[in-house]
Amino acid sequence: MTANGILQIALYFLVLLALTRPMGAFMARVFAGERTFLHPVFRPLELGLYKLCGIEEADEQHWTRYAGSMLAFSLVGILFSYGLLRLQQWFPLNPQGLANLGPDLSFNTAASFGSNTNWQSYTPETTMSYFSQMVALATHNFWSAAAGICVAIAFARGFARHSARTLGSFWVDFTRCTVYILLPLSVVGALLLVSQGAIQNFRPYEKFATVEGAVQTVPQGPLASQESIKMIGTNGGGYTNANSAHPFENPTPFANFLQMIFIFLIPAGLTYTFGRMVKDTRQGWALFAAMSILFFAGVAVTYSAEAAGNPNIAKLGIQSAATATQPGGNMEGKEVRFGIVNSALFTAITTDASCGAVNNVHDSLTPLGGLVPLVNIELGEVIFGGVGSGLYGMLLFAILAVFIAGLMVGRTPEYLGKKIEQKEVKMVMLAALVLAFTILAFAAVGVVAHFPKSGYWNPPGPATANLANNGPHGLTEILYAYASAVGNNGSAFAGFNANTPYFNTTMGIAMLCGRFLMMIPLLAAAGSLAQKKLVPVSTGTFPTHGPLFVGLLVAVVVVVGALTFFPALSLGPVVEHFFMNAGRLWS
Amino acid sequence: MAPTMTPPSVADPVSLMPKKGARARPLFDPPIVKRALKDSFVKLNPRAMMKNPVMFVVEVGAAMTTVLAARDIATGAALAGFSFQIALWLWFTVLFANFAEAMAEGRGKAQADTLRKTKTETSARRFVNGSGKTETVAATQLRSGNVVLVEAGETIPGDGDVIEGIASVDESAITGESAPVIRESGGDRSAVTGGTRVLSDWIKVKITSNPGETFLDRMIALVEGAARQKTPNEIALNIVIAGLTLVFLMAVVSLQPFAIYSVAASGSGTPPTVTVLVSLLVCLIPTTIGGLLSAIGIAGMDRVMQHNVLAMSGKAVEAAGDVNTLLLDKTGTITLGNRQAVEFIPVGNTGESELADAAQLSSLADETPEGRSIVVLAKQKYNIRGREVAEHEAHFIPFTAQTRMSGVDIDGRRVRKGATEQVMEFVHEHGGKVPAELTDITERISRSGGTPLVVADRDRALGVIHLKDVVKGGMRERFQQLRAMGIRTIMITGDNPLTAAAIAAEAGTDDFLAQATPKDKMDLIKKEQAGGRLVAMTGDGTNDAPALAQADVGLAMNTGTMAAKEAGNMVDLDSNPTKLIEVVAIGKQLLMTRGALTTFSIANDVAKYFAILPAMFMATYPAMGKLNIMGLHNAHSAVLAAVIFNALIIIVLIPLALRGVKYRAMSAAALLRRNLLFYGVGGVIAPFPGIWLIDRLLVLLHLA
Repeated sequence: MTANGILQIALYFLVLLALTRPMGAFMARVFAGERTFLHPVFRPLELGLYKLCGIEEADEQHWTRYAGSMLAFSLVGILFSYGLLRLQQWFPLNPQGLANLGPDLSFNTAASFGSNTNWQSYTPETTMSYFSQMVALATHNFWSAAAGICVAIAFARGFARHSARTLGSFWVDFTRCTVYILLPLSVVGALLLVSQGAIQNFRPYEKFATVEGAVQTVPQGPLASQESIKMIGTNGGGYTNANSAHPFENPTPFANFLQMIFIFLIPAGLTYTFGRMVKDTRQGWALFAAMSILFFAGVAVTYSAEAAGNPNIAKLGIQSAATATQPGGNMEGKEVRFGIVNSALFTAITTDASCGAVNNVHDSLTPLGGLVPLVNIELGEVIFGGVGSGLYGMLLFAILAVFIAGLMVGRTPEYLGKKIEQKEVKMVMLAALVLAFTILAFAAVGVVAHFPKSGYWNPPGPATANLANNGPHGLTEILYAYASAVGNNGSAFAGFNANTPYFNTTMGIAMLCGRFLMMIPLLAAAGSLAQKKLVPVSTGTFPTHGPLFVGLLVAVVVVVGALTFFPALSLGPVVEHFFMNAGRLWS
Repeated sequence: MAPTMTPPSVADPVSLMPKKGARARPLFDPPIVKRALKDSFVKLNPRAMMKNPVMFVVEVGAAMTTVLAARDIATGAALAGFSFQIALWLWFTVLFANFAEAMAEGRGKAQADTLRKTKTETSARRFVNGSGKTETVAATQLRSGNVVLVEAGETIPGDGDVIEGIASVDESAITGESAPVIRESGGDRSAVTGGTRVLSDWIKVKITSNPGETFLDRMIALVEGAARQKTPNEIALNIVIAGLTLVFLMAVVSLQPFAIYSVAASGSGTPPTVTVLVSLLVCLIPTTIGGLLSAIGIAGMDRVMQHNVLAMSGKAVEAAGDVNTLLLDKTGTITLGNRQAVEFIPVGNTGESELADAAQLSSLADETPEGRSIVVLAKQKYNIRGREVAEHEAHFIPFTAQTRMSGVDIDGRRVRKGATEQVMEFVHEHGGKVPAELTDITERISRSGGTPLVVADRDRALGVIHLKDVVKGGMRERFQQLRAMGIRTIMITGDNPLTAAAIAAEAGTDDFLAQATPKDKMDLIKKEQAGGRLVAMTGDGTNDAPALAQADVGLAMNTGTMAAKEAGNMVDLDSNPTKLIEVVAIGKQLLMTRGALTTFSIANDVAKYFAILPAMFMATYPAMGKLNIMGLHNAHSAVLAAVIFNALIIIVLIPLALRGVKYRAMSAAALLRRNLLFYGVGGVIAPFPGIWLIDRLLVLLHLA
C-alpha cells in the first residue's frame, strides 16, 4: 500500500460524500413530484408519456398492484429481449452478420439484463449485433435500474407514510425515474466518457495488421452511450468481453474514476433520499455510515492483499514491493493504466454495488483479494448496493437488526416509528432465506453434478470440468458465479465456462429468484408498514441514527452473512489463503 | 389511633424492579424441580415438540445420531464412543430445553393446585323463582342469573354481585390476603368471587357466571398455563429463529457437496459424517433462545402472578412493556386518597387557636377523613383535646350536597365550616361582613392545589382550613423513572384544573386531566391511541369499564365491580393501583429477556465455527488447522466440546430465563448499549473459553 494509493481512495470517497446530498435531495424532489430545475425541459416529455400510455398521474397503488405492475413490466421486457435475441439476424445494424442466439443463452441473457444482473455468458463482440446491444440490452439498463429504484422508493414510502393503503404508482415513479434521473445522467455521462476517448459509431469492425504481421479485428460500435448507463444503473454488462478493462470502454484513469463515481452515485444518494422521505436525514446518514464502514473494510482488505501480492513469487527473488517505477504486488489480470489501487477499489465498488462491471480479472486476485468481492455479493449487495436494491436490502437488515436487538430495550421493536411485527418479520426472513437458499443450493448441486454422455445440458462428465481451476480456487469460481447471479451483480470471477444449457438455465433462474423473490416480500412488508400508525418518538425509543445503531447494523450484516456463508468460504478463498502462505499451490 | 401527617412511604420507592409478593417461591423449589424432571421426558413426544421448530430439529438430529451410534456400537466401529456421546448430548440438549419449560410451568401448576384445593364441592341455597324460599342445590348447578343466600361461615358458591345485605368476606383463597373485606350491595364493592367465605352477617348474591367459567376457573387455567397463547412478539421472534434455522440447515446441507468436492480435489480425508454434520447444525441453530423462549413467556406471566396481579393473557403483559402513556387516578394512586388539614389560617382579629378550636368543634361529629384530620391537626398543633359534647346541648348539622357545609350549634354558637361561597353567604345572612383577605386566602389555597374550608361563627368569619391532597412518598421518583423510560404519566382527577395542576406539579406527572368524566377519560384514551400510543390505566368502578376495555392495558381492582374486572385485561388482587408501574416493568423485562437471549444465541455461533470447521476439514485440507484458534485437542474433542457447551448453556441460562434480565429504568439508548455489550459482545467472547475448557476436560477424562 502506498500513500498515493490511500489518497486516491480518500479522494474518491470525499467526492462521493459531496455528491450524496445534492443527488439524494434531487431524487427526493423527483419522486415527490416536486418541481426541479429539469422540469422546464422534461415535464412536457413526462406528461406526453402519461398521455401516450394512459397513465393517471394522481393514481395510487396498493402494494399488490405496485408489485404486479413491476412484475408485469419486467416480464414483458424480458420476453421482448428474448424474442429479439432469438431473431437477431433478421434485424438491422448487424454489419458482422451475427447469428441468432440459442434458447438457453437468450433466456439467460434476457433474465440477466431484465433483473439488473447483466451476467454475460457470451462474448459480446462475436455474439451481439449493434441492434441487439442497443434495443435488447441497453434498454434494460434503464428499465431494470428504474424498476429497482421504484421498489426502493415504494419501500421507503412504507416508512414515510402512516395509516395509508397505497405506496405510490409504479408507472409514475418509473416514468419520473427514467425521465429526470437516468436519462439526463446517462447523456452527461456518455459525453464525459467520449471526451476521454470512448468510441461511439456504427461502423463495421476494423481490421489492422499488427507489428508481427498478424491481422487483428477491432470491434466498433455505440460504446459510450451504453457505457454510462451501464455504470449509473449499476448494470455492469460490458459492451466488450473485457468490460471496463477495455480501452474503448474505459480509456483513461479519469474515465475510470468517473465510472467508479457513477456506480455509487444513485445508491449513495438514495440513502439521503430515504432520510428526506422519512423526514429525518440522520436516518439516511446512518445507513450511509454503515455502508461506508463495510465499504472501507472491503477496500482495505483487497488493496492490502493485492499490494502485498503472492509471497511465493517474492520468494523466487522477484521484486514485489512497490517502488517509484513499478507498482509491485499482484499485477496479474490488471491493467497497467489502473494499477493496484484503482483495480482494488473498482473491484470493491463494483461488487459492493450490484454493478458487476470489472476493470480487472477477479479470478487473478489473491485469495483474500478475491474473498472480498465474493463476500460483498454474499452479504446481499447492501454496501451501497444496486440502484434501489442496495437501499431496500440494507433496510431489510435494519429491520432484522432492530428486531433482534430492539427487544433488548423492552419494547416491541420499532424502526422509524413503525412497529416491526409478525408480518414484516415474516417477509424480511423470507427475503433473507431466498438469498441463502438460491446461492448455496445451486452452487452445491453445481460442484457435484455429473452429466451423461450425449446429453443436451452440458458436456458429459462432472460439471466441475467447466472450471479452469482445481481445489479451493475452483470452488470459489462456481460459488462466485451463483452468488453473482442471485445477488444480481453479474460480474464473473471468470475461470468458469457457464455458457452451457445447464448453467445458462440455472443461472437465469437464480437471477430471477434473487431479484423478484426479494422484491415481492419486501413490497409486502412495505404495504404492511404503510398501514401502521406512527409511534411517537420518546426516550423509550431505540434510537436508529447514532453510532450505536450503525455499529449494530454493520454487525448484523456481517454476522448474518458470515454465519451463512462461512463454511463454504472456508473451503474456498480462506483455505486457499492459508495454502498460499504455506507455499502449497494448486493447478 | 391518630393518623400521622407524614404519609406512609411506598416500600422500596427507588427501584422499579418487581418485588416478590406473597406468592413468591424459591427459584428451584424441590417439588417443582422433581415434577419438571419428569415432565422433561414427557415433553419429548414429537407431536408436542413440533410446536417449537428449533428444538424439533434438535430432536430429529438426536434420533438420527442415536441410530448411527447404535450402528457404530453394533459394528464395533472405532468412533462408536464419539457417536454415542454426541447422541447423548443432543438428547440432553432437548431435555434441558424441556426442563426449562417444565420449570416455568411447574411454578404455575403448583399455584393452580393450591387454588384447586379451595374449589371444593360447595352447596348453595338458591332462591326458588318468585318466592322467598330457598332450596339447597350443588354449586355446579348454579346458572347465571340465579340468586343465592350466603350466611356467615358459608362459602360463596359462585361469582356474582351482592344485591342485598352487607358482609365481611375472607378472600384469602384468591388474594392470599388474610384481612377480611367488606362486600355490600350497590356501589363499587358489590362483587364477590366464588370460593371465598362469608365471615359475618349475610348477603344475597346474584350469580353472574356459569360453572366452569368462574373467576377461579379462569385463574386456575391462567396460572397453569393451559390457556396460554403465544404472544405477538413471541410469534414474530419464533419466525426469526425458525428462519435462521432454515438458513443454517441450508448452510450445513450444502456443506456436504462442497466437502465432497474438496476431498476429491485434495485426494485426502473423507467428507464429514452425518453425526458431525448434525452436530454442526445443532450448534448453529439458535437452540439457546429456541429452548428457553416459552419458558421466558411463562415465567413472565408467573412474575406478574407473584405480584398478585392476574393477567388474562400474555399479550396484555407484553403490551404493558410497550405502553407509552399511563393514566393514573389521582385518588389512591398518586395521593393517599384523602385530603388532610395542614394549616389553620385566621382572618380579621381571630387568633389562630380560636380558629383551631372552632374548627375542631365543627368537626367533632364529622366522621369523614377530612373531618378527622382537622381534629388531629388541632390536637397536634394547638393541643386542643377532644371534649365531651354530650354534657352540652349540641346539635350537629351534617354536610349535604345542597348546603355544602356542616357544623354544630352548641351553647348558642353556630359554628359552620364548608365551601367558601356557602359559608360567606351564611355570614351575610347573619348580618356579618367578610374580611377582604379571606377570598385572597382561599384563592391562594386553591391555586396551590389545596381545598379551602371557611370557618365561621354566626356573623364572624373566623378563618380558613387548608386541606391538602398528600402525595404518596416516592411517587415523584417513580414518575421520573417512567419518564426516563419514555413513558408519559397523566393524572386523572375530578378536581378543578387549578387544583389538578398543582397536584400534578407536586407529584411530577407529565400531564393531568381535570374534572374528568368517564367520557373524558375515554376520549383521552382514544386520542392517545390515535397518536399511535399504547395506553394503560387502572379502574374499579362500573363506569370505568368502557375505558378499561378501550385501554391497551386495563388493570382492574379486585375490590371493583364485576363489570370492571371483565373489561380489563388484568386484575390486581391486592387492589393497589400503583402496581400498574410494576406490571409495566415486568412487561419490559419480558421483552428484554427474549432479545438478550436471542442476541446471545446468535453471537455464540461465531466461536462454534472455529471449533467445528477445522475439526471437519483438517484431514482434507491441513491448512484449515489455522482456523483452530482455540487449539482444541482433536477433531472429536472439538465437536463434542461445542455440542456440550451448546447444551450446558441452556441449563446455565435457565435462572436468567425464569427471573428475567436485570432491568433498570434508563433511556432506550443507554439500555441498548449496556445489553448489546453484555449479551452481544459477551455472547461472541464467552464460548471461546467455555469450549476450550470443555475440550480440556474431555481429554483429561479420556472421553475424546
